[in-house]
Amino acid sequence: MQDVAASLALGAQLVAAGDARLLAIIALSLEVSVTATLFSCFLGMPIGSVLSVGRFAGRRTLIVLFNGFMGLPPVVVGLIVYLLLSRAGPLGRFGLLFTPTAMVIAQTVLVTPIIAALTRQVIEGEWREHREQLRSLGASRLRAGRTLLWNARFSLTTTALAGFGRAIAEVGTVMIVGGNIDGVTRVMTTTIALETSKGDLPLALALGAILIAIVLAINAAAYAFKQWAERRWG
Amino acid sequence: MEHWLELDGLGLTEGDVRIVENVTLKIGCSSTAILGPNGAGKSTLLRLMHGLLHSSAGRIAWPRPLRQAMVFQRPIMLRATVLANIEYGLRLRGHPSAEQRRRALAALDRVGLPELALRQARRCSGGEQQRIALARAWALEPQVLFLDEPTASLDPASSREVERIIHEIVAAGTKIVMTTHNLGQARRLAEEVVYLEGGRLLEQTPVADFFTLPQTLAARDFIREEVG
Amino acid sequence: MTTPDNVRRALVAALACFAIGTHAEERFITVASTTSTEQSGLFGYLLPIFEKLTGIQVRVLALGTGQALDLARRGDADVVFVHDKPAEEKFLAEGYSTKRQDVMYNDFILVGPKSDPAKAAGRDILEGFRRIEAAQAPFVSRGDKSGTNAAELRYWKMAGIDIDAKRGSWYRDTGSGMGPALNTASAMNAYILSDRGTWLNFKNRGDLGIVVEGDSRLFNQYGVMLVNPVRYPQVKQADGQKFVDWLVSPGGQQAIAGYKVGGEQLFFPNAK
Repeated sequence: MQDVAASLALGAQLVAAGDARLLAIIALSLEVSVTATLFSCFLGMPIGSVLSVGRFAGRRTLIVLFNGFMGLPPVVVGLIVYLLLSRAGPLGRFGLLFTPTAMVIAQTVLVTPIIAALTRQVIEGEWREHREQLRSLGASRLRAGRTLLWNARFSLTTTALAGFGRAIAEVGTVMIVGGNIDGVTRVMTTTIALETSKGDLPLALALGAILIAIVLAINAAAYAFKQWAERRWG
Repeated sequence: MEHWLELDGLGLTEGDVRIVENVTLKIGCSSTAILGPNGAGKSTLLRLMHGLLHSSAGRIAWPRPLRQAMVFQRPIMLRATVLANIEYGLRLRGHPSAEQRRRALAALDRVGLPELALRQARRCSGGEQQRIALARAWALEPQVLFLDEPTASLDPASSREVERIIHEIVAAGTKIVMTTHNLGQARRLAEEVVYLEGGRLLEQTPVADFFTLPQTLAARDFIREEVG
Repeated sequence: MTTPDNVRRALVAALACFAIGTHAEERFITVASTTSTEQSGLFGYLLPIFEKLTGIQVRVLALGTGQALDLARRGDADVVFVHDKPAEEKFLAEGYSTKRQDVMYNDFILVGPKSDPAKAAGRDILEGFRRIEAAQAPFVSRGDKSGTNAAELRYWKMAGIDIDAKRGSWYRDTGSGMGPALNTASAMNAYILSDRGTWLNFKNRGDLGIVVEGDSRLFNQYGVMLVNPVRYPQVKQADGQKFVDWLVSPGGQQAIAGYKVGGEQLFFPNAK
């Protein structure tokens, strides 16, 4: 446990010193994962909403599929996106491989099913409550789905956070499609993996502590916002 | 009197349970109360009329199309201001936004809550929310308004206020069909009573006759029990 | 309720900013190389010199040699800079590059417990391997088709040991990079073949130390190749060639010789 305490102290020192390279790595981690989470919300929330209010053939199959895809192995997603973006692959001509954009794409693939499946659960609850009232007012199912997404906006912050947590913490996809290139695609998790492989376990642990602290701070802020919003809007 | 709603052999079966069975009925007067004990199928019948449920037998006919709205036992509000909640229904029907605002404010005025316009709807009290729900329905200027136990979860003061509003809605020319447990309320608000038991229609009687001379034994027992 | 327009507009704007932010145009080449060159710190020293000279940024993918060559076979790198001559020659023969040049060498070392239970210490790597096998002492293999892994398998063969037949619970095939494999060896107090550069930069040594070094057979040659632009037109031929030319030029060779860890030179330039 002494090692852990020493690493935490080291982590605090690194942050306090404001090392430019460390800050750049933290910034890139946040930029990639926040962007991927936003894209995932734009895609996954409408999907989740349609899955809960819609009535169409294959709906159940899609629900099972999205639930299952919540557990997509990052390495497999990384590999598939790599093959797509590779110069020899179908999207090779865009030159996206080993760029932050590639990491955003891979994390979006990873996180969208999570957002969709969790959104479906939230909206199903909303739909039970509002269904008769909305239909009485004349809302189509699609319109009701949109309305309920907005109505559940505070619960959905938790959904977005779950997606963000998955994105910022994973190493498998960003390692493969980003390549962990120093100063270009190196993020917190790949740095931790690298320092671990260099045998610098205290530094790896210190970086891990910083990552956890960032995730906790974001969650705390979101929780406080949600509490405030629910008091305000009921 | 001209009928504006006709039910012909209407039934709804869920699994083995017959919730509504072979109801044939013509409604022509301007205010109808559906009465009956718990589980009689009152709310289900109301939802079938409004189109929220699809019947498994029989048919519903509207001789000419009428604009409808419904107020539920428990008011359901969106996480938005009172005004936005009322405007929402108007927006769904494609009214321009200036018109939405004008009609929503007018409806709020009529239910006596103009000062709540910019409050968060879900922060309002139960009684206020039910009046907002009435304003939301009224703003749509329905020709028929369905009300499902509109005062069942309210305190006496709020109930009186809601009854006053319903009275005004009827006076303004909107036809209503309401379910209620409250015999006094039926007497005060309705012209005729439709009495259901076990999903079957037992009688349809003008309100004065129903309370003095019910046609069926079951209705007589029901009145005696409810009055105590 | 629909999303108010201003909220929607703000979100779209935010997304657009992120998308543009990650698209800054820069002049760069991608080099597939090995963990040994990256983790020994050589690139961290060498590349800024090259970038200052030419304005070309070098993006390094640090992988095992086998992986680096496979990546280049898909055209995902402009230059490969690795250390497994037979594998590199195969790459050439397949037409993925047209020319391979020697750049530098360093050496492998046999690392093991300081107590040396197999009595493998000395200057003869083959004898060391034989004693480890005889003692069934724990040995960690990279098992990842890297240059170091290829060298290790060559030494078993040269020592007359059919490792596929003789492997038992003492022989741990970890399928991992140099660093993770060293971590495993450190935790198990096992023998392991490492390149000197990674070892010198490795912090989590535990009770491990150098057991065999200095055998001429431990010589570890690095070569550089430009990926064949005929096969992959996207390959940045001009800038990639500049990097290759610089590495084997007197200036590049001098820079390589100038990199030291703790006063010790790690790589020895030997371009012809």
